[in-house]
Amino acid sequence: MTPLSPMPFPETSFALTLVLLLVAPLAIAGVALVNAGLGRSRSAAQSMLGALVVISVAVIAFAVVGFAVSAETARDFVVHVASKPWDWAGEGHFLLSGLASTPPREQLALLFEFLSVALVVLIPWGSGADRLRLPAGAAIATVLGAFVFPLVAHWTWGGGWLAQLGTNFSLGGGFIDGGGAGPVHALGGLAALAVVWIAGPRKGKFPREGLSTAMPGHNVVYVLFGCLVALVGWLGWNLAGSMLWLNKAPSGLVITAVNTMLSATAALAATFAVTRIRFGKPDASLCANGWLAGLVTSSACAGVVPALDALFTGLVAGVMTPLLVELFELALSIDDPSGAISVHGAAGLWGLVAAGIFGPKPGQFVAQLVGVSSLLGLMLPVLYFIFSLMSRVIAFRVDTDGERLGMDLHELGGNAYPEFVVHRDESYR
Amino acid sequence: MRYAGLLVMPAGFFLSVAAILLFPGPVQRTAFVLCGLAVEAMGLVVAVRGHMQLRSENR
Repeated sequence: MTPLSPMPFPETSFALTLVLLLVAPLAIAGVALVNAGLGRSRSAAQSMLGALVVISVAVIAFAVVGFAVSAETARDFVVHVASKPWDWAGEGHFLLSGLASTPPREQLALLFEFLSVALVVLIPWGSGADRLRLPAGAAIATVLGAFVFPLVAHWTWGGGWLAQLGTNFSLGGGFIDGGGAGPVHALGGLAALAVVWIAGPRKGKFPREGLSTAMPGHNVVYVLFGCLVALVGWLGWNLAGSMLWLNKAPSGLVITAVNTMLSATAALAATFAVTRIRFGKPDASLCANGWLAGLVTSSACAGVVPALDALFTGLVAGVMTPLLVELFELALSIDDPSGAISVHGAAGLWGLVAAGIFGPKPGQFVAQLVGVSSLLGLMLPVLYFIFSLMSRVIAFRVDTDGERLGMDLHELGGNAYPEFVVHRDESYR
Repeated sequence: MRYAGLLVMPAGFFLSVAAILLFPGPVQRTAFVLCGLAVEAMGLVVAVRGHMQLRSENR
């Protein structure tokens, strides 16, 4: 990927990117709604308040420390191997000092990364629904916002070693990811896997005998409305990312928007068909997962592939997602209420690979594979070990009594729906 | 077992990085990067099995 500074960025592009970035938070709102809807009613308020808390903590951590690591500067941490520079981390200013004097394009990049870090931390928060404590969520957000996300963002968008694969090793245009399928979704999905492993499943989810207990989301209307809201945000996100990171002119953005729509709709159609065939009737929450998986795939592909290929990548994501959700729950005993590991993790990684398969430049496939390899092979173990150490200091999981009461009563002292009668949970017998 | 799996995964990453350094040819590069990913996948499978084992012990 071409470094930020030498590229011209006219005023019209600046204004358009800024407007698009102001729409992008709707993607965050949509994901938060989906997370809350897929959780239990007795944890709904904690889920939504937790979303605000983890976003706040992550954004502050990113502003204080993270942006210094993710920024592209002349004095980055570079290691020379085989006479090639490997840019591993930025060495910018802490506490956003000197922000006012930075070029407008870099200020937009900062805004894009602020939104990205907010979405990253929301993904593991959704997976830990109904048992992950607020302090643990805040601690996870701090680590992701201050160190882990900025590192991957620097590699991808800040002229880091992945972005330089094109210039250093003639691997296409280097690792390309206009909408953040890697640094945002795949990273968030892998963080969700680590969190779910460490926190463990909800009480009663996997009984000693028999299959896992179904714990359906409490409000499927939230979930489906969240999907519609997310579409608007995703359009802004992908278009802004295409202008910032893929150097697209405003005239080329319509194709990106069309591809985003095609990917999401194809994924929904595929999930609808798969669940209809498997269960006899379409499953609303899995269809919502499929829709989101299509959007996640479009984050990597929408700016670089033709329309028909965007449709195909969405179809694959839509077929893959319900099968993976089922595999994780039934075969691997992974309790992921929001399906984030499949929706963000797997679909994000698929989108990155697909951008290499259908991308325009030769060598792009290998660059994308190396990016996937760095996320899966390096970041997942790093995240797991960090979270594992953290869990020894801050309890990730609420105690049994708190889980029985519900996270709303236990952590906030009041229910999201106070007029509801709380029934006894049969799984606690 | 889960830690063993997670420790194997970075080996796959280093194999992928070594591939782009050592092999100039696109076929060899692609093959070795794919091998790196396969090693990561194996590590992931071991880690998943380790967690499943732990879960069944805790039930």
